[in-house]
Amino acid sequence: MIAAVLQRLVQMAFVMFGISVLVFLIFFATPGADPAARLAGRNASPETVQQIRHEFGFDRPLPVQYAIMMKKLFITQDLTSFVNRGEKVVPEILAAAPATLSLVAGAALLWVLGGLFVGVISAATRGSWLDRSLMILALIGISMPVFWLASMANLVTQSAYHDSWAFSWVPELGYTPLTKNPLRWFQGLVIPWLTLATLYVGIYGRVLRANLIETLQEDYIRTARAKGLSETRVLLRHGLRTSLAAFVTMFGLDFGSLVGGAALLTEVLFGINGVGRLTYIALGNLDLPMILASVMYASFFVVGANAVVDILYAVIDPRVRKE
Amino acid sequence: MPAPLLDVSGLRVSFAADGGRSTAIQDVSFNVGAGEVLSIVGESGSGKTLSLLSVLGLIDRRTTFVEGRALFNGRDLFTLPPRELRRIRGAGIALISQDPMTALTPVFTIGDQIAEQILAHEKVSRRAARARAVDLLREVGIPSPEEAVRRFPHQLSGGMRQRAVIAMALSCNPALLIADEPTTALDVTVQAQVLDLLRRLRRDHGSSIVLITHDMGVVAEMADRVMVMYAGRVVEGGTVREIFEDPWHPYSWGLMNSIPPVRGAKPARLVSIPGTPPTPQDIPPGCAFAPRCRLRRPACAAPPPRQEAGGHQALCLIEAAERPGLRAGLWTAEGTAA
Repeated sequence: MIAAVLQRLVQMAFVMFGISVLVFLIFFATPGADPAARLAGRNASPETVQQIRHEFGFDRPLPVQYAIMMKKLFITQDLTSFVNRGEKVVPEILAAAPATLSLVAGAALLWVLGGLFVGVISAATRGSWLDRSLMILALIGISMPVFWLASMANLVTQSAYHDSWAFSWVPELGYTPLTKNPLRWFQGLVIPWLTLATLYVGIYGRVLRANLIETLQEDYIRTARAKGLSETRVLLRHGLRTSLAAFVTMFGLDFGSLVGGAALLTEVLFGINGVGRLTYIALGNLDLPMILASVMYASFFVVGANAVVDILYAVIDPRVRKE
Repeated sequence: MPAPLLDVSGLRVSFAADGGRSTAIQDVSFNVGAGEVLSIVGESGSGKTLSLLSVLGLIDRRTTFVEGRALFNGRDLFTLPPRELRRIRGAGIALISQDPMTALTPVFTIGDQIAEQILAHEKVSRRAARARAVDLLREVGIPSPEEAVRRFPHQLSGGMRQRAVIAMALSCNPALLIADEPTTALDVTVQAQVLDLLRRLRRDHGSSIVLITHDMGVVAEMADRVMVMYAGRVVEGGTVREIFEDPWHPYSWGLMNSIPPVRGAKPARLVSIPGTPPTPQDIPPGCAFAPRCRLRRPACAAPPPRQEAGGHQALCLIEAAERPGLRAGLWTAEGTAA
């Protein structure tokens, strides 16, 4: 078991190396474009471009360029943004990460619990009005675009009903660090959490329902019933555990990409200074160092989350474990 | 005669189908006495498994309708509240299902699954349940049972898994074992071992067994009484002697003719029953077997009479006097055709 985990972690390191090479090549080895000029951003002076060319080694072979770039990203962490006049990119992303992590982790907790609830209840009562209404609600959740839902949530909680008893506790948009004021942190994130989780509750609930219903046709479910176990125990112990594969896979991908910045719309609309918002601004300014660093950061999170998922598989299903 | 352990009468199972109900099991009655082995035979789709699963309430109640009466120790299983029925399942009546490869939950160890059943029915400690699981595995002939309890189903071979399933079924000393084709999915040598095991269990524990099978060899070896099912009906029933030596129903003749004779001249080819069993939607109103029967008469379009003599009964209009001639005729007709 431990050997399998270690093996998976080594694999992960290789995948991350591969990604870093690929990202580097896409950004700096695309033919027909001067990487120094692109790094410098719009309207940069020729002196700046010349300085960048020398500093990043763009006049030297590609492997050297790659090494310099990786050194600047991971070791000295002094890759600077030229658009933002010397702002260091890596510390900026690291500073934004807690906000994103707070947003995504809270939403993830909500959507996992919500997805489990919707999936299990629907599968257990399949065909009933309860099942049908839950599935319709889930479909509505999936269909609402996050930018619309977030705008609506803001409209209701920030302006239209902000003075009513229901939403007067909602602080103004923005993120308060957990360490500074835990209550404010929580209050400020409740609406973003709910908004972000809505879509995923719908997807996860529907997927789990489908998998559970399929599992409930299995012979071993009949064996479990024939043993005289209660219906709840059959469903939760024998049915649910074997139906979780798709659920866990999706969770790894979604969580990784959201922490990596895919919660961009939610962050922008709720004014949370997270990685997604940083990427969004960098894209607007063509701030290449920032885009490079955030792409790298995002892909590492996706890879890491997938490694965790693989380890979770082995915990859930003994058939995956190596002898 | 003491009251039978399980007494099923007038069992009728139907499914919701478009435009009404389609009846899969019609008027099935049988009983199993204490320590008796009843064998239910018939082709796939004849309703053998469905009848027994209905008795245990292991069918989807949303789509399946069960009528009739099933008395187990005098209590009607069909009217028991779910809680009471659960107490009987596993403890009073245990099920050994057909395919050991899929009958065990893949994510729990063998020991967990056996202990789970013991804990569901008896107030014993987890440790005691676990110890009993080891004893049970030893009893069904699994080598090094202390190690086997920690194994997951996928780590055992098919034969070992079927033994584990049997050990689990035995864990609460059930009065009745329902074995649904327990040997079909196994190798021939393992089949013999599993049958031996069942025979020994019956001798040592005095359990009754309902053995669902389509293997007439298994029937001859194991059964006290036999029930032949076709298209959801009991077409013939009697002691194993009666069924093998003097079968009454043309369908039973067909089943017997499909066994190669051990002594005497071997036929050029084994006789098969032409066609396939009807699906519940297109069972004819008269005799269900008539469309495939070589001895079909116009009168077969009406529901056939049930003939009885002692415990032997059949659902066919062929009179006792005509049977030997007709059956012999079936052989020769087949012989010339082959």
